[in-house]
Amino acid sequence: MVELVIFVLMGAGTLAGGVTVVLARNPVRSALGLLGALVSLAVIYVVNLAHLVAAVQVVVYAGAVLTLFLFVIMFIGVDRAEDTSETIPLQRKLVAGLATVVALGAAVLVSRGRFTWTPASGEAAEIPNGTVQALGGELFTTWVLGVEVTALLLTIAAVGAIALAFHRRSAESPTED
Amino acid sequence: MDWVDLLLVAARVVGVFALLVVLTIVNIWLERKVVADMQNRVGPARAGPWGILQTLADGVKLFFKEQVTPRKVDLGAYLLAPFLAVVPAFLIFMMVPLGPGLEIAGRQVPLQGADLNIGILFILAMSSMAVYAVVLAGWSSGSKYPLLGGVRATAQAISYEAAMGLAMVAVVMFSATAPGAESGTLSLAEIVERQSGTWSGTVAFLDPVVSFIPRWYVFPQVVAFVIFFLAAVAETNRAPFDLVEAEQELVGGFHTEYSGIRFAMFFLAEYINILSMCAIAATLFFGGWNGPTWEGVVPGWVSAILPVVWLMLKSYVLVVAFFWIRATLPRLRYDQLMTLGWKRLIPASMLWLVISTVVIGFRQFGLPFIG
Repeated sequence: MVELVIFVLMGAGTLAGGVTVVLARNPVRSALGLLGALVSLAVIYVVNLAHLVAAVQVVVYAGAVLTLFLFVIMFIGVDRAEDTSETIPLQRKLVAGLATVVALGAAVLVSRGRFTWTPASGEAAEIPNGTVQALGGELFTTWVLGVEVTALLLTIAAVGAIALAFHRRSAESPTED
Repeated sequence: MDWVDLLLVAARVVGVFALLVVLTIVNIWLERKVVADMQNRVGPARAGPWGILQTLADGVKLFFKEQVTPRKVDLGAYLLAPFLAVVPAFLIFMMVPLGPGLEIAGRQVPLQGADLNIGILFILAMSSMAVYAVVLAGWSSGSKYPLLGGVRATAQAISYEAAMGLAMVAVVMFSATAPGAESGTLSLAEIVERQSGTWSGTVAFLDPVVSFIPRWYVFPQVVAFVIFFLAAVAETNRAPFDLVEAEQELVGGFHTEYSGIRFAMFFLAEYINILSMCAIAATLFFGGWNGPTWEGVVPGWVSAILPVVWLMLKSYVLVVAFFWIRATLPRLRYDQLMTLGWKRLIPASMLWLVISTVVIGFRQFGLPFIG
């Protein structure tokens, strides 16, 4: 029961956040909407006993990525008017059509599909899949190659970004060296 | 989980909350007194004995003051920001284990707001949430100085959170070396448990000496502690890292446009964060509530309460160090702040993580590729 209430509340929060991201005129409001969506989703994860996923979601997305978004928005200037001309032809009509299709599909699924409510307590609570120890064990034994390759990929991305930044600076002001 | 359990959970949360509020009120007074002593002044002396009621008086005054709302604010975010500052501050302190737990009427009651198995990640998550309060307050005020303060806060928080996280990782890695432990742990209660006892049996030739030294992680992880402490000072926006609210440059920084109880909430959050950070440092590095309880020698209720006293003593040594730093050091320049964060602390914490991991690995498994 508690779970259902939290799910409904947080689901509504997630949707409201998502709608805010799209509809808000002010970019800071959009970022706030995204924050609301991320945190609501994290609460849903907690209810499903995925504490680690929830914490990582808040630390990485809400904590780091979104802070960077806000930083960039404020750096560029919050007050600058946004260019509202639409580049994709028939953009609004396409979105309206897609939204109708998705809504109809969801309605069909909800009315005709079979859903059962499985509370994440009792037996489910005993399964230690979501703990840090279980995940770490998997990542650093079975999937260690994937982890290392991903780390390499991220390092390459960081090095590439630095290389690009320095390249541009030396090309624009050759006297600086 | 029957209603008694629910009641106990509620009692724990309310208890920790009340303790935190009282200690914070004392801390504000303590800071003014300590800094006054260091600067050869008297400090608050009128309200109550030694002026100890000064904070209460200030609180009441702020509560009844008019709350000025400037015309250009973005009202929603402006009203939300003080709450975003206070709520994460309280939640962080919920993670601190205050004692080994009591047994009341056959039920184990941990002396902790909540023992999550992801405690350390939760602390990091909440301290990054606290940044939003400053950023939003700065932006929504619709005024130049708060905006500058907000932008500074974002950059500073991103820079120092990385170093703080890496310092914590070193501790988590080290907690795997505890006897009988299979892996490191992110649970603060577990980390405290693993720091009980002494270093006896770890370094063979120094055994007569180390068997008298408590098993606190500050001894093997002193570099991590220094990095953590510096990052904690920066994360709480305290001098010498208080560029976010630098009075001489930015009037009051992000809270320039706030008055009355809304300003008081930012103020409260800052002091709660100081205590939380010090309590977490004491938990991670100084053995938390571990300490002699003299069971059987002193009355039972005294040995039940002693762990809390030990934790508070350790925390307050660090709290006073915070005040001391504030009274002693001048504010950093902005580029110095960034240099210290990115070019000193983060590389240092990464290097320490590598060194510490290699040593732990060597002690556990010996040299690689041999045997």
